[in-house]
Amino acid sequence: MTTTREPQPTMTSAAAVLPPDAAGDGPRGLRQHLPVLYPAAMLLVFFVVPFGIMLAFSFFHRVQGGFYEPAFELDNYARFLTPLFVSALGFSILLCGLAATVCVALALPFTWLLGRSSVRVQTAWLVFILSVLSLSEVIVGFSWSVLLSRSAGVSNLLVALGLAAEPAAWSPSFPALLMGLCYVSLPYAVLVLYPSVVRLPSEITEAARTLGASPVRTFLTVVVPSLRRAVVATLILVFVFTLGSYLLPQLLGQPQHWTLSVLITDQAVYQSNVPFAAAIAVFLMLVSLGLIGITLLLSERGRA
Amino acid sequence: MHDLRLEGVAKTYGTVLAVEQVDLHVRAGELVCFLGPSGCGKTTLLRIVAGLETPSAGRVVVDGRDITPLPSHRREFGMVFQSLALFGHLGVGENIAYPLRIRGVPAERRRARVEELLALVRLPGVADRRVTQLSGGQRQRIAIARALAMDPKLLLLDEPLSALDAKLREAMQIELRLLQQRLGITTILVTHDQREAMTMADRIVVMGNHRIQQVGTPLEIYRRPANTFVADFIGTSNLLPARVAGTGVRFAGHPIAVAALPPGLSEGAEATLLVRPEELHVLPAAAPGPNRLPATVAFVRDVGSLVEVHVDCGDTRLVTAGLRKDQPAVAPGDTVQVNLPPEACLVLAA
Repeated sequence: MTTTREPQPTMTSAAAVLPPDAAGDGPRGLRQHLPVLYPAAMLLVFFVVPFGIMLAFSFFHRVQGGFYEPAFELDNYARFLTPLFVSALGFSILLCGLAATVCVALALPFTWLLGRSSVRVQTAWLVFILSVLSLSEVIVGFSWSVLLSRSAGVSNLLVALGLAAEPAAWSPSFPALLMGLCYVSLPYAVLVLYPSVVRLPSEITEAARTLGASPVRTFLTVVVPSLRRAVVATLILVFVFTLGSYLLPQLLGQPQHWTLSVLITDQAVYQSNVPFAAAIAVFLMLVSLGLIGITLLLSERGRA
Repeated sequence: MHDLRLEGVAKTYGTVLAVEQVDLHVRAGELVCFLGPSGCGKTTLLRIVAGLETPSAGRVVVDGRDITPLPSHRREFGMVFQSLALFGHLGVGENIAYPLRIRGVPAERRRARVEELLALVRLPGVADRRVTQLSGGQRQRIAIARALAMDPKLLLLDEPLSALDAKLREAMQIELRLLQQRLGITTILVTHDQREAMTMADRIVVMGNHRIQQVGTPLEIYRRPANTFVADFIGTSNLLPARVAGTGVRFAGHPIAVAALPPGLSEGAEATLLVRPEELHVLPAAAPGPNRLPATVAFVRDVGSLVEVHVDCGDTRLVTAGLRKDQPAVAPGDTVQVNLPPEACLVLAA
């Protein structure tokens, strides 16, 4: 049996599509660099510099009374490695990973069905989803906490319908928090998945149908694997997006459900300990970068 | 072996007509080709057979059983798509084994069947490759092997060779036809390429304007086209406007004797005279006789095996392919005569 593996044509042809003067070395002279300068400058001013400042602050020495002085000490990082913060880190990763999984599990079938409906239906849904994005996290959080409350929530409706004995307080709780996070990230997930879903050729699924796969099996055995890259990208997006959420855990979760983002806010704003908040933020970023790297690596290996 | 009947099948999208009232019997073991220009409804008809479209009216019957309400994944037909629709996330072997895996065939039997099918399409030993590592012609064979994996009742081919270059396409046409005959599998092929249809089909269904124009063997379709649409679509044709006169017709003021007139055409009625280029003879000298028309040479081209001469006869341009190399050469502007043998003149209702 032959096992020779040729390089994929898409990879080797990249050099061939470059114009001849650009092959080999990059653009020459200032003029050719100009288009890149603007985004590069924006990135430098609004991302690299603030991050550098935060990184520097994370090594500063905190002075009582909400001040700090330049120093290079690892105390802030050492303080992070205590059970309270490490368990908060673990919980944050678990919560956001779960939120990303649930969100994509809901968004993928929805987007798939959306992509197969008429253009008018698609437009209507996309406009609706975009309008959901205009709601601020504060409004979403408070709305859900009211809807899940004992006094004015949905449970009263169940009591009125005779489905429940007495109204219950469903918030604050872990499921309420998870639902809130999924609610705010679902539009993003749908919008990220949508282009890949509509680009999937219909003949691929029709082929699976004629080969004997039911619609559900077609979805699971052909659609999902074909969209694997988009699915992984969406998982990462929702994970990172929910990791930064600090309002919803306070509105819909109990104190033990507070994520690292809440603790960062708490340290920076209420405890006035900016160096420690910076250290937690750096730590959180490194850990999530590591997890994203592992995810990408695994999904690439699964492909080969 | 299985046979297929389409009974009064029609399809409309809203108010747009796609297929109109199709009645057709595809016999067991036969290869039938749906041939027609793009947009004539041939692919829609194939998709109705496959269960990918629901007919607006009519029934699809296989072996006497009405399968119209059956969804496509229960029909057990193998289909090869124009884009081949191979699964990019699966390897070659897994692609072929996909229908077997769906049916829960154990891994060992799957592997054996894949090797068997790869041998059948003459590509042994590529099961472990990725689809992207194969050439266009090889992918073609994989798509066919996958469609045949579960011994389908019917093989449906939707322009499966259109992505291949001309030379490979010709070779695959013959190979696919031989394979179909060897397996004896009832097959429907959709194509817009009449050469492909002629090469492969037992019978050709010529479709145009959303309906069947003619059903017949390749030779019947070519020799005895049922109407001007078929005559114009199949092969190169000289379609001359004529009027019925006695037992023949009159074209450009000249009486033309014909072998037979179609029934129902009265004296003086408008008709179309069909003469194939290869039946038209160019005579250089002015030798008067029956069915000979004076003409002026407009264009000459040497296509290798013979010389094609385009002549103007009155206002009508005629194409002849009859001038052999050993005949005296003619040049544009020459006055010649064209001979229309009566047995080669076919009269169609206009």
